[in-house]
Amino acid sequence: MSKRVILLLPIAVFAVLVVAFVWGLAPDRDPSRVPSAMVDKPAPDFDLPAVTGLEIPGLKTADLNGDVMLVNFFASWCVPCRVEHPVFMDLAAKGDVKLVAINYRDKPADAVAWLAELGNPYSRIGADLTARTGIDWGVSGVPETYIIDSEGRIRYQHIGPMQVSDYEETIRPLIEELKQ
Amino acid sequence: MIAEIGHFALILALVVAIVQGTLPMIGAAQGRANWMAVARPAAQLQFLLVLTSFLALMQAYIISDFSLANVAQNSHSAKPMLYKVTGVWGNHEGSMLLWILILALFGAAVAGFGGNLPPTLRARVLSVQALISVGFLAFSLLTSNPFERIFPVPLDGRDLNPLLQDPGLAFHPPMLYVGYVGFSIAFAFAVAALIEGRVDAAWARWVRPWTLLAWLFLTAGIALGSWWAYYELGWGGWWFWDPVENVSFMPWLMGTALLHSAIVVEKRDALKIWTILLAILTFSLSLIGTFIVRSGLLTSVHAFATDPERGLFILVLLCIAIGGSLVLFALRAPALKAGGLFAPISREGGLVLNNLLLAVATGTVFIGTMAPLFAEAFDYKLSVGAPYFNLFSAIFGLPLIAAMAVGPFLPWKRADLAGALGRLKVAAGLTFAAGLVTWYLQQGGPVLAIVGMTLAAWLFFATLAEWADRVQLFRIPPAASLSRALRLPRAAYGMTFAHIGMAVAVAGMTASSAWKAEEVRVMRPGETVEVAGYNYRFEEVREMRGPNYFSEMGRFTVTLEGQPVAELTPEKRFYPVQRMPTTEAAIHTTGISDLYAVIGDSDGQGGWTVRIYHEPLVPWLWAGCLLMVIGGLVSLSDRRLRVGAPRRRAAPAASAPATAS
Repeated sequence: MSKRVILLLPIAVFAVLVVAFVWGLAPDRDPSRVPSAMVDKPAPDFDLPAVTGLEIPGLKTADLNGDVMLVNFFASWCVPCRVEHPVFMDLAAKGDVKLVAINYRDKPADAVAWLAELGNPYSRIGADLTARTGIDWGVSGVPETYIIDSEGRIRYQHIGPMQVSDYEETIRPLIEELKQ
Repeated sequence: MIAEIGHFALILALVVAIVQGTLPMIGAAQGRANWMAVARPAAQLQFLLVLTSFLALMQAYIISDFSLANVAQNSHSAKPMLYKVTGVWGNHEGSMLLWILILALFGAAVAGFGGNLPPTLRARVLSVQALISVGFLAFSLLTSNPFERIFPVPLDGRDLNPLLQDPGLAFHPPMLYVGYVGFSIAFAFAVAALIEGRVDAAWARWVRPWTLLAWLFLTAGIALGSWWAYYELGWGGWWFWDPVENVSFMPWLMGTALLHSAIVVEKRDALKIWTILLAILTFSLSLIGTFIVRSGLLTSVHAFATDPERGLFILVLLCIAIGGSLVLFALRAPALKAGGLFAPISREGGLVLNNLLLAVATGTVFIGTMAPLFAEAFDYKLSVGAPYFNLFSAIFGLPLIAAMAVGPFLPWKRADLAGALGRLKVAAGLTFAAGLVTWYLQQGGPVLAIVGMTLAAWLFFATLAEWADRVQLFRIPPAASLSRALRLPRAAYGMTFAHIGMAVAVAGMTASSAWKAEEVRVMRPGETVEVAGYNYRFEEVREMRGPNYFSEMGRFTVTLEGQPVAELTPEKRFYPVQRMPTTEAAIHTTGISDLYAVIGDSDGQGGWTVRIYHEPLVPWLWAGCLLMVIGGLVSLSDRRLRVGAPRRRAAPAASAPATAS
C-alpha cells in the first residue's frame, strides 16, 4: 500500500508544478518587475538646498507632509527626462497635484538652463549634488517619480519616463484614491 | 515555392507521425504484425519529410528570402554565410524545427538500428516517439510556423542578434538539442516497458547506448554553451546559474544518474522501478526546460520572443507527456518484478549513493530555479543567486566526488570497504601530497577550495589506480600488464576517461572560482597594469570595420618578468542594424590559466575602461568536459558491438529470484 503511495508522489509533485506554471503564464505577469523596497515606508530624512541660480526653494522631508504630491527625480543630462517633461508641464498647468523635484547629480548651471528652455513645473526643487539622497530613496536611475501621501509616506514608485498613459492609467487613480 | 514545399512537408510529417503513433501501438496490443511493421518505414519517412522542411527553411536563409517573416526578422543580406545558415536555429521557430528534426532523426535511428529489438517493444517505442513528434509538429504548425509569408516584402532583414553571430551558434544549440531530445528515446523505452510490463537486462542493454549518446552530446552542448558565455559575454565567468543554464544542467544530472542506474539493471536486474522513473524524469526535465525557455516564465538572459499563448500550448503538451507517463508509472510500476539482492556496501550500493546524490542535487537546482516563481505566487519577490547554488553544489558535489573514486573498486553484490580503501593507499598518499601542494601554493585560500582541489586529485589518482589495479600494473611483468590493458573492454576505458575528465573539470571549476584575479580600471594607451604577476601594457585602440559591424580594437602586450607572453586584441563591436554593441574578449591560454582582456567604453579624454582577468585552470574545465565526451564515445563504441549481438548472454531476468530491489 505504502509503495503505491510513493509511486503516486511524482505525479502529485508534477500537479503542483503545473498549477504554478499556469499561474505563471498569466498574461499580465511581468517576471522582470522589481518592486521598490521603499513603497509604504516614510520618505527618508533629507534636507536639500535650492539649486543655485533658481528662485525656487529647496526640498526637505518636512515639506512632504500635509498633501498628496509627486516627487520627480530629474537631471539635465538625462534624455528620457526631456521626454517626460511636457507631461509635468501639463500637470502643473492643470494644478491637479502638487509637484516637487529632486535635481539628481546635476550641475546647477545646466539645470537652470534646462528649466529655462523647457519650463519649470515644480514648486520646490532640492539639489542632490552627491546622489546621497537618491540612494536613500532607492533611485535606480533618472527619471523616477514617487507618489507621497498626506502623511509623507511613499506610496508608489514609477521607474522611467512618465508617459501620458502611465499618468492616466496608474498615477491619477492612485492620487484620487489617496486624496479621499 | 520552396518554402511552400517545406511547409507542406511539415504537414505531411504530422500526418505520418499520427499514423506512426497509433497503428503500431494498437498492433502491438492486438498482436497484428503488419500494423506493427508500419512503425519502421513511418519513422524513416517522417524524418525525410522533416529534413525536407528544414532544408527548405535553410535555403530561404541562404538566399535571403525576406518574403518569409522568419527570415526577415532574423537575417540580413550582409550577414556572413555561416551566420545565415546558423541563423536558421537562432530564433524560436527555426530552433523548434531543429528540435523536431533531431527528434525525427532519433526515431529513424531507432528504426534503423533496432533490428534486434523484439517487434512489440520496437513498435511501442517508435509509437511513443511519434506521439511526442505529433505534439511538437502541431505546436510548430499552429503557433510557430517558420514558413509564414509577409507582404509587403521588406528590402532587407532585421539581422540576427549580434551576440548570436558567433561560431558558437553553429555547434552549441544543435548539440544541446541532440542531448535533450536524445533522452526522448530513453523515455520512449521506459513508457513502452511500462506498457509491456517488463523490464529486464536486455531492455537495459538497449536503452544504455541511446542514453549514453544523449548524455555525451548534452555534456558537449553544455560545455560549449559555457565556453561561449565565457568568451562572448566578456564577464570572465563560465557559469551564471541562469534559469536557462539550470534547465540544461538538470537533465544532465538526471541523465548521469540514469546512465549509472541502467548499469545496475543490466548487470544485476535490480533498481528497475527507479531506472524507469529516472528515464521519465530526465526527458521530463528536458521538456520543462523547453517550456521555460520559450514561455517567458522566468527571467533569463536567453530571451526568445516570449508569448504566453505558445507557453500554454507547450504546457498542455507537458501535461500529456509528463502527466500521462507518470500516471502510467504509478499504475504499472508495481507490476515490474524486482531482481537481484545486494548489500549496502557493494557496487550496486555505490551506484545507489551516486543516484541519490545526483537526484538530490537535481532537486536543489530545481527548487532554486523555481523558487522565484513560487515566491512570487505568494507575493514575495525573490531571486536565488550563485551563493545558494554554489553552497549546495559543494554539499552534494563533494561527497559525490569522494564516493566516485571508491565506487569502481567495489565488487557487485557484497563488498569489503576496508579492502577497497586498502587498494587506494597509493592514491590516498598522492592526494595528500596534492592537497599540501595546493595549500602551499595558495596560502590563505578558502578552505572549501582546498577541499575541492584535494578531492579532484583524489578522484584523479583513484581512477588511475583502478585502471592500474585492473591491469595489475607493477604486480605482473609489464608485457603482461600491457596485454591486459589491450584486452580491457572499451566500456572500462570509457569510465576511466569520463571519471578522469570529471576530476580535471572539478579542479578547473574550483581553482577558477576561488583564485580568479581581476582588475577593472580606466587606462590610457602606454599605461601598464599588473594582474597575477603578468604585466599588461595597453598599446593602442584602432577603429576597424567588419562585414556588418564597426569595431574598436584595443591592443595589449603581455609580459611575464620581462619575457613577452602574448598580444591580446579585445574588441568592442557595434552592429548598426540591431543598434547593439557586443564585446569580444581576447583570451590567451597558457594551459594552466587564461589571460583574459575586455575593452569597454572610452571616457572621452583618451582613456578606456578595461577589464583584465586572470583565470586559473579554466582551460582544465574544457579539457575535463572533452575527456568526459571522449569517455562517452569510447564506451559507446563498445556498446554498439554488444548491441549487435544482444542475445549473447540470455537475459537472466526470468530466472532471478524476485523479492525486493
